[in-house]
Amino acid sequence: MTTSTPAIELTKVTKVYRRYGSRQFATLKSALTHRSILTELKPSETFTALSDFSLRVPVGSTFGLVGRNGSGKSTALKLVAGITKPTSGTVTVRGRISALIELGAGFHPEISGRENVFINGIMLGLSKREIERRFDEIVEFAELADFIDEPVKTYSSGMYMRLGFSVAIHVDPEVLLIDEVLAVGDEGFTHKCLDKFADFKRRGKTVLLVTHSLNLVERFCDEAAWLDGGHMRAEGDPYRVIAEYVSDVEKQEERFLASSDDKARNVVASVSAPVQPAADLPPDPAADMMQAAEGRWGSRVVEIVDVALVDAQGQPVHVIHSGDPATLRMTVRAHQPVDDFVFGIGIFGADGVCIYGTNTDIDEFTPGKLDGDATVAIAFQGLDLVEGTYKLDVAVHKHDGVPYDYHRLLHTFRVKSRAKDVGIYRPGHRWAFDGAVTIAPKH
Amino acid sequence: MWDNLAALPRYRGLIQSLVARELKARYRGSALGMFWSFGNPILLLTVYSIVFNYFQPPRTDIQPYALFLCCGLLPWTWFASSLNESANSLLAGGNLIKKVLFPAEILPIVSVLANMVQFLLALPILAGFLIYYANVPIVGPDGVVSEPRVALHAAELVWLPLVVLIQLVLTTGLALLLSALTVHFRDIRDILANLLTLWFFATPIIYSWRVADSPNLKLMLDVNPFTHLAVSYQEILFHPENAFGHVWWLLALGAASIAIFFAGYWVFDRLRDSFAEVV
Repeated sequence: MTTSTPAIELTKVTKVYRRYGSRQFATLKSALTHRSILTELKPSETFTALSDFSLRVPVGSTFGLVGRNGSGKSTALKLVAGITKPTSGTVTVRGRISALIELGAGFHPEISGRENVFINGIMLGLSKREIERRFDEIVEFAELADFIDEPVKTYSSGMYMRLGFSVAIHVDPEVLLIDEVLAVGDEGFTHKCLDKFADFKRRGKTVLLVTHSLNLVERFCDEAAWLDGGHMRAEGDPYRVIAEYVSDVEKQEERFLASSDDKARNVVASVSAPVQPAADLPPDPAADMMQAAEGRWGSRVVEIVDVALVDAQGQPVHVIHSGDPATLRMTVRAHQPVDDFVFGIGIFGADGVCIYGTNTDIDEFTPGKLDGDATVAIAFQGLDLVEGTYKLDVAVHKHDGVPYDYHRLLHTFRVKSRAKDVGIYRPGHRWAFDGAVTIAPKH
Repeated sequence: MWDNLAALPRYRGLIQSLVARELKARYRGSALGMFWSFGNPILLLTVYSIVFNYFQPPRTDIQPYALFLCCGLLPWTWFASSLNESANSLLAGGNLIKKVLFPAEILPIVSVLANMVQFLLALPILAGFLIYYANVPIVGPDGVVSEPRVALHAAELVWLPLVVLIQLVLTTGLALLLSALTVHFRDIRDILANLLTLWFFATPIIYSWRVADSPNLKLMLDVNPFTHLAVSYQEILFHPENAFGHVWWLLALGAASIAIFFAGYWVFDRLRDSFAEVV
């Protein structure tokens, strides 16, 4: 287990930035007089990126920082790296630091990869001899042996990043800071990077990782912290922290989808009622299913007044977990009695591909009578969809397809999944192994 | 401040490679490459020689004029380019300051040193001029032919490294100050280029220090630090027959330069923490 001496210690750190456009003299003056920027500027002229933030990363542990964009993660990392100074509070780091904040920062485009490796290495704190010793390894890791004597400006962005990453990782620091840089290179390169991190961990180095890849935090980190608006929201076991973070993100998404759904509904409401049925009626709704253009049409003799996806507890939701039961509920109102009606639904992927569609005619119901208000619900035992955003069609139409009210892709919901499987449909499944094979689940 | 200053020698390897990179990158891709380190000053001198020989002959009896010009113009080019480049150096190196833990003063220092190397590389041109004029008689504008001049005086030449050193200290001090202030006031970049043009004409480079005929003009020239550098170069290289009479001025300037260097470094050091945020 980890020892108790912290490799990185932040105590009650607050970082305040001057807002762009406010008085320039203020920063200059506060820097010259060694006074806090806060005494020079009004609160409206400042932006607090981190407030009263404390963090202890023990020697040899791998620590993950997660949070939304603008939550202060990168500011925290820059403070640890010593690139910026805290407005108040203290930052202590023990041991040589290497910061993978921007790869290849300081590469000069006009000179060769070889010369850039040397200069970059020296900038990151290596001596010339140390670089000479590691040079071949650096080039091999970056997979650039054929191009190392070409000027860096001729490199593709992937090559550039790989070289930057390779130099930074070969500095061999005691404390490694990583800011969302694993997205460089192809699959193969990413694996090599992960192997390198695992190697770091094994050798008892301290790693502070800022990332949006929650998987990575769960797999690699001993501890994690969740930053939100410059404040620490949760800290400790990565699984627990990530779970809290994810559920908060879902809540946020739920709010966002609800508001955009409201907007769509307002659009629907503002479309002046009964549109001329003959004019913009799709000639064959079944053929039209494959064309994804949102909108609403129909005679409105029967109107769909509300559509909601509700979870097992009967709560309307916009974000559900893959495989969870859900019910699609629509409230309809018949302005005059009708006896020829079919209720239909369709689920579409974000790219407009129809995933599933059915109606009461296909499912062999015979319409009786519809007059006034009614609720129609279709319950799914489990929506076995992969993660993604989905859109809904809901409709009431005559048996021959002439619509009363047709909502085309107006309602959106999102499916969340911990598994990163691919496709559009997740059949329930279980793996089984037999014979000369050893394989075990990760958790 | 003292700690940071004391830590600076540790980065000499980095400074060295950055200066080398700067010089390599400057001419990379051009057909003549490093030749431009010589080519540029030659062309510059040609332009000035043409202007002052044909369009606007100077009202001086300085002969040969091109050589005189050379003595002041080459150090001035070092000085002016250093200040122009270092004023921009922190902004240009912004990604380093923001993303890498890196002593920022290295950037203006590299600008000054890279230009100093250019200056040193141009010195052979000056030597060429000196040898040439030591072997041919000089024809003045009035047709008077004088004897070939004395090439150099070894005893005076020993002062030359000191002049270069003082210019280095002065330029570095100003470069640190300007680079730090430009981060906060980008206007300096634009003002500076024009200010340097004015400064150039206010310095005895295209004319002699001795032309000052009014006390006011003399005072103006005397408070201009570059006057004493230019005059020192001219006395050592152009007037080898006279004793180096400017030495006291030069030593005074040396003391002032050290003060300017520390003042510049102090301001730079104070503003250091604000760079990563403002750049």
